[in-house]
Amino acid sequence: MKEIKSKFLKIVPPMLVIAALIALWWVVVAANESAIFPTPWQVVAGAWDLARDGTLFEHISASLIRVAIGFGLAFLVAVPLGLWMGWVSGAFYTLNPLFQMLRPISPIAWIPVAILWFGVGNASPIFLIFIASVFPMMVQTTVGVRTIDRRYLRAAANFGVSRSVLFSRVVIPAVLPEMIVGMRIGIGVAWLVVVAAEMVALNSGLGYLIMDSRNAGNRYDLVIASMVIIGVIGLLLDGATRLLERLNMVKWRYVR
Amino acid sequence: MSDKIVVNGIGKSFGALPVVDSVSLNVSDGEFVAIVGPSGCGKSTLLNIIAGFERPDRGSVTINGVERTGPSRNGIMISQHGSVFPWLTVQENLLFALSATRHDDKVALAHRYIDLVGLAGFEAAYPHELSGGMLKRVEIARALVVKPEILYMDEPFSALDALMSLRMQTELRRILDEERHTVLLITHDVEEAIFLADRILVLSQRPTVIQTTFHVDLPHPRKLSDPKAQALREAILKQLGL
Repeated sequence: MKEIKSKFLKIVPPMLVIAALIALWWVVVAANESAIFPTPWQVVAGAWDLARDGTLFEHISASLIRVAIGFGLAFLVAVPLGLWMGWVSGAFYTLNPLFQMLRPISPIAWIPVAILWFGVGNASPIFLIFIASVFPMMVQTTVGVRTIDRRYLRAAANFGVSRSVLFSRVVIPAVLPEMIVGMRIGIGVAWLVVVAAEMVALNSGLGYLIMDSRNAGNRYDLVIASMVIIGVIGLLLDGATRLLERLNMVKWRYVR
Repeated sequence: MSDKIVVNGIGKSFGALPVVDSVSLNVSDGEFVAIVGPSGCGKSTLLNIIAGFERPDRGSVTINGVERTGPSRNGIMISQHGSVFPWLTVQENLLFALSATRHDDKVALAHRYIDLVGLAGFEAAYPHELSGGMLKRVEIARALVVKPEILYMDEPFSALDALMSLRMQTELRRILDEERHTVLLITHDVEEAIFLADRILVLSQRPTVIQTTFHVDLPHPRKLSDPKAQALREAILKQLGL
């Protein structure tokens, strides 16, 4: 693929596509004279009302806090476990089959179990986010360790460095790019799952907002507004994780 | 002169494939020995065994009279693709090498060697910001900074273009005149071997044995256009079947 250098060409065409889609939506709704499905303008107006009385931000921050806690816990578990499994063959062969079996189970399938174990409070969605994001981060970290170029490990052995230096100066920096990939995948599924979890069990968050708007009088303007907001926040979260790729310590992986 | 490295009848197979077949050689303190041989003959395996990264199936390697059991800071390997850490700056790479040593001022020592290879001013640069030749200099500086007695070089310049390769050979010679090291160089470049080495061993096809030994009695700096050097080159190439 040829790299596009111009900022203009990177921003304007996607904007035009989105604008065209909104225009199409508007025309179709207006032509059908739908009583329930809102026009783009009604969506903006509905979102504005919610934003003005502050409830919108309460829902957004409720969702974000759950993601932050669930993802943070997953990170704390996934990174040490991934490093251990990548470094120690015995750990890898013992634990990998179990994790590979748990990994393909959709987090949605865990919802009933989560409600049974943790009730309908904050703990359930946090647990679900944890389950969803722990595996991709762990797998990427493990793969990263197992694919460290042997010449780097040999160099470390040659200079006779201590185990702590080996880990802090060779293993962890070598794995960091893979870990960032894992974090990007992890934060993506975490955001996906928090909305699904909130639809079932809670009375706050963007997922709750969607279900509540539909149940309380078919407010499809707010349903669509929430969906758009979810999409935009998802984009921002991914962008924030991608900023990590600019760290000097990992740049080597991305420059040609 | 005393023997620095004594290799006594080492052999190694990979599965059913014999790679090194009973190689014995001695290297004196401060001597520069080049090993040339056809590609795939087991040169790298031989060097990896001597440097302690691989174990021989039989035979032994003795360094300073002590049997070699694993890699050590006393002999540093410089290989074709290099192992400068891309996530550390030039200076951090040298400090990494020094991390298990005792020195009062490691930063000053690192600077001295960065300067020695002509990279002063690039201390804070990351490897991806440097050219292939500069990267090789970093690798040499990182090897020398721990003051090893032996340098193991496995086709160190073969990934560079021809001009840069020649320039690095001259550089290496200059550095070796400043700091006397014992060097074992693996190369497929006969002219590189003649330019640098005191003694050239020609290896046979796999499973490899030492086929012939040539002594290079020419003063430095050597000119490859010298008739003696040319005659030597012809003789070595003949041994290699060319």
